[in-house]
Amino acid sequence: MSTAVTDVVVTETHVMPEEHYLNADHSLKSWLLTQDHKRIAILYMLTITFFFFVGGIMASLVRLELLTPAGDLLESDTYNKAFTMHGVMMIFFFLIPSVPATLGNFLIPMMIGAKDLAFPKINLLSWYIFVVGACFGLAAMITGGVDTGWTFYAPLSTTYSNTNVILTAVGILIAGFASIFTGLNFIVTIHKMRAPGQTWFRLPLFVWAHYAASIIMVLGTPVIAITLILVALERGFHIGIFDPRLGGDPILFQHMFWFYSHPAVYIMILPGMGVISEVVTTFSHKRIFGYKAIAFSSVAIAVFGFLVWAHHMFIAGISMYAALIFSLISFLVAIPSAIKVFNWSATLYKGSVRWNTPMLYAFGFIGLFTIGGLTGLFLAALGLDVHLTETYFIVAHFHYVMVGGMVLAYLCGIHHWWPKMTGRLYPELPAKLSALLVFVGFNLTFMPQFILGYLGMPRRYHSYPPEWQVLNVLSTAGASILAIGFLLPMLYLVWSLKYGQVAGPNPWESTGLEWETSSPPPSHNFHETPVVTSEPYNYGEKEGEV
Amino acid sequence: MTAHQQTEHQQPHHESVHHIGSLFTYALIFGALLIGTGLTVWAAFQNIEVGGISLNAPIALIIATVKATLVVLYFMHVKDSSRLTKITVISGVFWLGILLTLTMTDFLTRAWH
Repeated sequence: MSTAVTDVVVTETHVMPEEHYLNADHSLKSWLLTQDHKRIAILYMLTITFFFFVGGIMASLVRLELLTPAGDLLESDTYNKAFTMHGVMMIFFFLIPSVPATLGNFLIPMMIGAKDLAFPKINLLSWYIFVVGACFGLAAMITGGVDTGWTFYAPLSTTYSNTNVILTAVGILIAGFASIFTGLNFIVTIHKMRAPGQTWFRLPLFVWAHYAASIIMVLGTPVIAITLILVALERGFHIGIFDPRLGGDPILFQHMFWFYSHPAVYIMILPGMGVISEVVTTFSHKRIFGYKAIAFSSVAIAVFGFLVWAHHMFIAGISMYAALIFSLISFLVAIPSAIKVFNWSATLYKGSVRWNTPMLYAFGFIGLFTIGGLTGLFLAALGLDVHLTETYFIVAHFHYVMVGGMVLAYLCGIHHWWPKMTGRLYPELPAKLSALLVFVGFNLTFMPQFILGYLGMPRRYHSYPPEWQVLNVLSTAGASILAIGFLLPMLYLVWSLKYGQVAGPNPWESTGLEWETSSPPPSHNFHETPVVTSEPYNYGEKEGEV
Repeated sequence: MTAHQQTEHQQPHHESVHHIGSLFTYALIFGALLIGTGLTVWAAFQNIEVGGISLNAPIALIIATVKATLVVLYFMHVKDSSRLTKITVISGVFWLGILLTLTMTDFLTRAWH
């Protein structure tokens, strides 16, 4: 099958370019008012890293509470706030902007041969809006938190909760506009600013994935914004929209919420899939298998993703006819996702596979995302869903997709393009150790939760029967290992900024326009306009050869 | 994979030719919007029923849709914009249609009693 090759070892001596985007101007003002997509990507990266650790602290509290069956560390109200703020911080202020706003921002112009995004000022504005929104979220947390769960279900959120619902909703509403701006910028840039010869079917699959995710950002985000405004109106002015006592319908809230929030899963995962496509082909040193199938499957996921939302609502009281329709369509989403997994696997066949850190993360992604996706089919099945929904099975399922999939893809991408972003290589040994810790820690955390859910342990309670303690202890132990796995990259990546080996323009011998410019790139990305003359992923094989 | 071209980078090809409608057209549309507003207020005070089903809400929604269409077509210049812009607008409406249609699969078939 594939030919296993050891790591890529950069033996050539390179020197850092004299001028690049990082040293163009060192002043704080030059960063805060920058219109350079690469600098804005770095600003986003620093911001979301902060919120990742805030969300991580909340997760730690949840796992520590669940170490023992009694609710002895956090009161039930505090526990409700801890898991709510964990979800809010991780989803709205880390996962949604993670790959698009950092790697997407940094790479899309370079991948298509442009010198920036179409609207650089809107790009900077999106970061400021995101920071303002995130500050609202943070303020809500510091001044008492919110306890509704990240889903804000009505009428709990509109009538009964006495916590900071409106403040949190305002934060998410504002941050949503940042997401719309980013998506809009990507769509216009990909349509209008491609280099000469860079046709649609010569675009890297990373760009296709971001294009599909951008469609969701632009078309879906306004719906969550309107929904949250309606929650605030009902909470503030008692307008009857969701509360049955006022003539509203609580299930309407769930329809509107999940119309955005289910596709939002694909806002998160599609860019991650783009990362994996790039990394698998680079570290197999081989043309990607089924380019068009992967490209179109991204668009198919974006479209199908909008048609399946009510599978979150099978036990909420929707009609059985609607449930049948949504169940059927939900099964269809598995097809484009499976196309990607099969094509990545087929790409490895007869490739020269190299086991650098990004490839370890990519393998982790493929395995864990597959488990996450397949357990999603359990939940799409009407009968089984009634037993499993609102249990730890759900928690495990979406963490396999969101953490096992998306966070691993984010780390994969950060490692893969770190040499491009900083001009220096990260140290391979601690990076591999970190990838291993993340994989082991993740599985130890969440695999027991599948069993707990199957046994009937409900989510969102701070106490549980003693017979479930062993599995919960395993889960908390896994979370500790996972935390170390996440902290390690912080240390060695910062270390590498000064002491890492100089990478040179293309340390992984990858194809792609971003690797043809210096590392770090100049402010305008290319000294000369590139002209694309061949397909992407051209590693020298003949057409049709696998 | 690439050659390089010495020219300056391409800029986004803004379709810079905006067709600006005449003042008369704007006044006409503005008038139509005012009439629509008046109609909405009038309809709100009528008890419009067919076969025991109140039509007040559907009528208000139809008037609002017509007014929104006029704003999008004329004041937002979509009528004279490129095909890409029109497709973008239609996509938005289509997606709204998905939200409404699939939500109705629940509301219209739910056992309310």
